[in-house]
Amino acid sequence: MAFAYTPGLRVAGCTLVRKERRLPLAGETLVNAGDSVTADTIVAKTHLPGNVKMLNIANVMGLPPGDIPELLFVKEGDSIEENQALGQTKGFFGLFKNTVRSPLDGTFESFNKITGQAVLREPPIPVAIDAYLLGTVTEVLKNEGVVVEAYATFVQGIFGVGGETRGELKVLTDGPADELTEDLIDESCRGKVLLGGSFVSYTTLNKAISTGVKAIIVGGFDDKDLKEFLGYELGVAITGHEKRGITLVLTEGFGRMTMASETFKLLKSREGLLASVNGATQIRAGVMRPEVVIPLEGAETEKSSDKSAGAMDIGSPVRCIRAPYFGKLGSVEALPAELQVLDSEAKVRVLGVKFDNGEVVTVPRANVELIEE
Amino acid sequence: MAVASKEITRIMATDCGSTTTKAILIEKKDGEFRLIRRGEAPTTVEAPAEDVTKGVLNAVGEIEDLEGRKLLKAGEGGVQVSPDSTDGVDIYMSTSSAGGGLQMTVAGVVKSMTGESAQRAALGAGAIVMDVVASNDGRLPHEKVADIRRLRPDMILLSGGIDGGTVDHVIELAEIIRAADPKPRFGVGYKLPVIYAGNKDAREPVKEELGEQVELKMVDNLRPVLERENLGPARDLIHELFMEHVMAQAPGYPRLMEWAGHYVEGEWKQVPIMPTPGAVGKLIEAVAEKENIEVMGVDIGGATTDVFSVFRSGEETVFNRTVSANLGMSYSVSNVFVSAGYDNVMRWVPFYMDEADLRNRIRNKMIRPTTIPQLLKELIVEQAIAREALRLALVQHKELATGLKGVAQERTIGDAFEQTQTGATLVNMMTLDLLIGSGGVLSHAPRRSQAALMVIDAFLPEGITMLAVDSIFMMPQLGVLSEVLPEAATEVFDKDCLIRLGTCVAPAGVNRKAAVLAFVTITKQDGSSIDIKIEPGKMHVEPLGVGEKVNAVIRPAKNLDVGNGPGTEWIGELEGGVVGLIFDGRGRPFVLPEDDSLRIEKLQEWSNALNVYPERFIDLEGDE
Repeated sequence: MAFAYTPGLRVAGCTLVRKERRLPLAGETLVNAGDSVTADTIVAKTHLPGNVKMLNIANVMGLPPGDIPELLFVKEGDSIEENQALGQTKGFFGLFKNTVRSPLDGTFESFNKITGQAVLREPPIPVAIDAYLLGTVTEVLKNEGVVVEAYATFVQGIFGVGGETRGELKVLTDGPADELTEDLIDESCRGKVLLGGSFVSYTTLNKAISTGVKAIIVGGFDDKDLKEFLGYELGVAITGHEKRGITLVLTEGFGRMTMASETFKLLKSREGLLASVNGATQIRAGVMRPEVVIPLEGAETEKSSDKSAGAMDIGSPVRCIRAPYFGKLGSVEALPAELQVLDSEAKVRVLGVKFDNGEVVTVPRANVELIEE
Repeated sequence: MAVASKEITRIMATDCGSTTTKAILIEKKDGEFRLIRRGEAPTTVEAPAEDVTKGVLNAVGEIEDLEGRKLLKAGEGGVQVSPDSTDGVDIYMSTSSAGGGLQMTVAGVVKSMTGESAQRAALGAGAIVMDVVASNDGRLPHEKVADIRRLRPDMILLSGGIDGGTVDHVIELAEIIRAADPKPRFGVGYKLPVIYAGNKDAREPVKEELGEQVELKMVDNLRPVLERENLGPARDLIHELFMEHVMAQAPGYPRLMEWAGHYVEGEWKQVPIMPTPGAVGKLIEAVAEKENIEVMGVDIGGATTDVFSVFRSGEETVFNRTVSANLGMSYSVSNVFVSAGYDNVMRWVPFYMDEADLRNRIRNKMIRPTTIPQLLKELIVEQAIAREALRLALVQHKELATGLKGVAQERTIGDAFEQTQTGATLVNMMTLDLLIGSGGVLSHAPRRSQAALMVIDAFLPEGITMLAVDSIFMMPQLGVLSEVLPEAATEVFDKDCLIRLGTCVAPAGVNRKAAVLAFVTITKQDGSSIDIKIEPGKMHVEPLGVGEKVNAVIRPAKNLDVGNGPGTEWIGELEGGVVGLIFDGRGRPFVLPEDDSLRIEKLQEWSNALNVYPERFIDLEGDE
């Protein structure tokens, strides 16, 4: 039962971060393998097909669909302009002609002789993707994008809101247990990624948005504030597309939660560096957690080893992730093989966790996560 | 597909779920098939493994360790299937819902007619229906195009028009699909499968419209005439394309597909991998048919809740399956809360809790979906949420399980009109014989009585209903097994999978004056008899073990019904289970007291009657 618990979120001082930067559709890559890129470098671009508009020409002309093709001035694939005549009825003795005009600039994509319907498409929508990280292009995925790699500090959060952004990291609270309060935010925070401690409220978040803060990294946030912040109740945890003017990364969870001190200490040591932050979270098959990536220029080796997920031993540092010990940190004291009965009467695999104050408690293995450092 | 069972005595079956891969080993001993071992491991369709077969090897490996014999080939070569029963197993098969299962968009001309038929075909095949596009769905064409593109289905089922009926509208739908130019989720460079199952007269124009752009397949019209559905061919083709196109693109699946099979007269024969819910549906259908009963099954998972039912409609039996894509106990737990509302969840909790605290707890479960309740209080809250998830899933099921049946049922025009006018559901809780619950929160509830009360509270069975749970979650594997060895599947289902909780007796109807809803006399095998009164607002359990039966005479009060009509006596056999005979006098319709203290008192009383929670739960407080 080597996997009977949750692999922890990664918190790495220096690790090789590899990012695939993929286009939504095939397109063109603009950089080569080996190129150095900044976070803002455009690495690939493409055009998404434009929106379509259906236009029933037969209805507009008041004729059977089969009669339309010979009355059209355009053929499939032609470029069209707004208000351009697409076709015209013959009228009576050359009079009372009925003209059909294009409602948009774009392409006359197709006409159907059975339905009388034409498909008109707006011009393609250009899409470009940037490198997201300060790093090196290590691979070009032909027509699809590139891989950017960098040695960086890498911190995974548990839940986030908002998409990719970046800014200089600024530490606002003294310690991991302090709340990031409204009064701490001033003009010097503009364009920055802020590191807070245990909690941020909706009011503070609003102040940060109006000040032009790019992102906030904090331990916890209230669910009722999330509802106000999003403007709706989040049903399923799929985020990243919100356009609220800020990216929020929670490292611990919902409620007032002291940030793991290692996480806080590590991020604090990177103050002043450029942090790439993504709040996108998907908690279902294909789990995706929010992240903070701080590329370290000149770093060429990993300073922290990646423990393989699953290597839990006596002494491994763990975090409890469910009541009654939610958020508490400790180390593995015992790993009994036999099932034990919980307060809920469920019979499950457990472990003994020793907290910093010496207290030892029994916790289901499912309710701890490894602190991977 | 069925083969003679004497050729096969050892069976390995896996189900690759979205989080866990479960393997079961079945063997024929002393003339009967029984479950021997079960193993599980995390599913591995995501990084770093990105190969579903790794999870399969781990799950089978666990069984190998426990059994102490070789079941796997060397060097990750797959499950050892031998042609001559010398080693390994005789057959290996699998189901899968990993990677989000099969996600489909369906299209039909009229939303409530061909649109709904297409939806039933896709659901019956085990798909999650993400969208129903119809000519009359109220969206503008460009909105439909945008939605198809955004959702990126794995497959599209296009229907519309009875044979000889409208062609124009069908072509319009084809145009929309063409304009959307949808791209599959997995794999670049293969075309999206589109099944056309509409008006046969529109086949050529549909081909002209879509033929080059997508992988277009034609199959018989699923609604050839107004009063008949023919879903079988479309369903079979969905299974086939699921294998060929969708699964073949998912990480590791081509290998898994090669592994699944057995030797027939020395020749290797593959066994197709089925979508998990499709397999469960097959099993429920098989059980209903074998026992000639009405069955309902519910599988409440982490992300989704599936409801399956087989009900009689006239001379025919009708199978229906629905999936509530965002009702579940972990990934989707917040959505249950959002859909049901705070008050509806809290009404099942027998103590007070602060709303903000509860909201944060539920969110924390959502972001750490694999955690389990350690405290009794947390278990009670989770079971309250489960009741609401089950209740909402049933509501959705009732809405779709209407009208026409799965395969080729003739109805008169009059019936068809009645269906559209009233939307009458086929789900009849009074005639339902067997209600099966499955999924972690039901199968793994610390006390079986908890599963029983959750199912009763959520589904509110009426009259006489046997309640059961899937002991260890093996209905999917048995479903795929039922395709190859039906008798082995039903034998294991009956003996090792299904745990009978007991029969629930619940009078339905309104009689406010009755001091007793029904008088029950049960006569045991030894001739002794007991009189029981089903009193309003009360629950009572009479112990009666698994497999034990009693003769019963039930006399309901005026206007109240236990199966033979209002006020009519019912005489028959009642079967026990691990909980016993459950007499539910809380009424149908069931209403909880609005007053909080009275509500909490009643919840405690019912829990005690069924011995649902340890007695200390009465002293629980909401705050830590």
